[in-house]
Amino acid sequence: MRYLANAATLGLSAEKCVGCGMCLEVCPHDVFTLEGKKAVIRDLDACMECGACAKNCPVGAVSVRSGVGCASAIIKGMLTGGEPTCDCGGKGGADNCC
Amino acid sequence: MSEIKLAFKKPAPDGPPSACCAQPSVDISGPRLPQPWLAGFVNSPAGPVPRISTVLDRGDQWGRFKCRVSSYRDDYTVPPGLYAAGDPDGGSEVVASANYKFSFDMLRRQLKGINAWVLVLDTKGINVWCAAGKGSFSTGELINRITSANLKELVGHRRIVLPQLGAPGVSAHEVKRATGFRVHYGPVRASDLPDYLGAGLAATKKMRTVGFTFMDRLVLTPMEIIPMMKKYPLYALFILAAFGLEPSGILFRDAFRGGFPFLLLGLVPVLSGAFLTPLLLPYIPFRSFAVKGWIMGAASLYLSMRFIPWRSAARTNGLLLAACWLFFPMASSYIALQFTGSTPFTGMSGVKKELKTAIPVYLASVLISAALLVLYKLALWRFLI
Ligand code: SF4
Ligand code: SF4
Repeated sequence: MRYLANAATLGLSAEKCVGCGMCLEVCPHDVFTLEGKKAVIRDLDACMECGACAKNCPVGAVSVRSGVGCASAIIKGMLTGGEPTCDCGGKGGADNCC
Repeated sequence: MSEIKLAFKKPAPDGPPSACCAQPSVDISGPRLPQPWLAGFVNSPAGPVPRISTVLDRGDQWGRFKCRVSSYRDDYTVPPGLYAAGDPDGGSEVVASANYKFSFDMLRRQLKGINAWVLVLDTKGINVWCAAGKGSFSTGELINRITSANLKELVGHRRIVLPQLGAPGVSAHEVKRATGFRVHYGPVRASDLPDYLGAGLAATKKMRTVGFTFMDRLVLTPMEIIPMMKKYPLYALFILAAFGLEPSGILFRDAFRGGFPFLLLGLVPVLSGAFLTPLLLPYIPFRSFAVKGWIMGAASLYLSMRFIPWRSAARTNGLLLAACWLFFPMASSYIALQFTGSTPFTGMSGVKKELKTAIPVYLASVLISAALLVLYKLALWRFLI
């Protein structure tokens, strides 16, 4: 399943990357691959902007504007002028969460 | 550790639970086991550690069911801290979990026959995925738990297994720097954990990727339908008022006879947006959820228009028909868009992009269909034409 094309804000600095493979390990959508000693974005549209890669890259080579992809939260954020926060309690792919 | 404190978290009566409020706690020194899912204690260099049962009993199953259909899950927690599965020792792996009991149950069910330590983080009763996004399943919380559970005394190695979906909240290199423990991200699904542990902490690509199967989507639909049905009485009231309204006051017979088909039609977008669209998601054309929901809404409306007992001339009224076609597919689209909050593949930028066009369209269609309804009423009262 794919969401909107070219919407994801994922960026990767090949210059900073040390090829540790951490971003490949944490990404739940297999967005990255290693080419030689560098990570590359293989499938941008599969990215759901969860932020796991950026958080776990030891050299800060990955950047992504992460946040909740939840319509009601974003609408609420727009109305209150704040960042959208998810108030869905334990919601979200329940069995996907261990 | 001479006594083990199990804190039972209850939200403060007025407002969300906060980390600082005094939590009533129960001391269980000795053999008293207040939790039915505990099965004795394990002795360790760091003191006695409660052992968890790896079989779910009827109470656990019932709680699991309730989690699917209600907001009961808001207060469904496990006291954070260290637990044992089986008979772990200094060489056993440490597995981290959220303190949402549903997640915790899914984990302990998989630990049958496995000797491991389980470190439960305080995620305020929220699952790993949401907690990582919200910041309660975090680097700081993990570091604190590793320290307070005295993991360094407990095990000889320096490895800790985290659910992969916790990665958005935890910075593995910072945990390593602070505690010496190397974070290994385990599989996405708890059901793959035995294989992952058996393979010496090696995950296959399949374990690493999030799926969204028919069953995954099906179990999420109750939480889409129920919130929408809570809004239904309001809609019903509006419809009855609109159809019963006469220059002389509200006529209940008219309200029901004229409004009845529309009360039924009001259920159609809920069915199509909150049930059919999530279920058939991959098969509906276009990537946008708003468009998918509109398509399903229009198709469902078309079918239901033919089977609804009209009992009045409304069916042939052009103004009402136009209002129907404008409003109901749009409502379905709006409801379907809510499902973006439950899928594991929709990102924030994409949803924002959808909303930018969708919201003005929604507002316009609500206003125009309301205006059409007013025109219909005016024509009925012969104020027009
Ligand atoms: S985590 Fe960072 S350094 Fe490691 S491979 Fe990915 S981009 Fe490169
Ligand atoms: S933000 Fe999440 S989904 Fe996107 S590339 Fe990073 S880890 Fe993968």
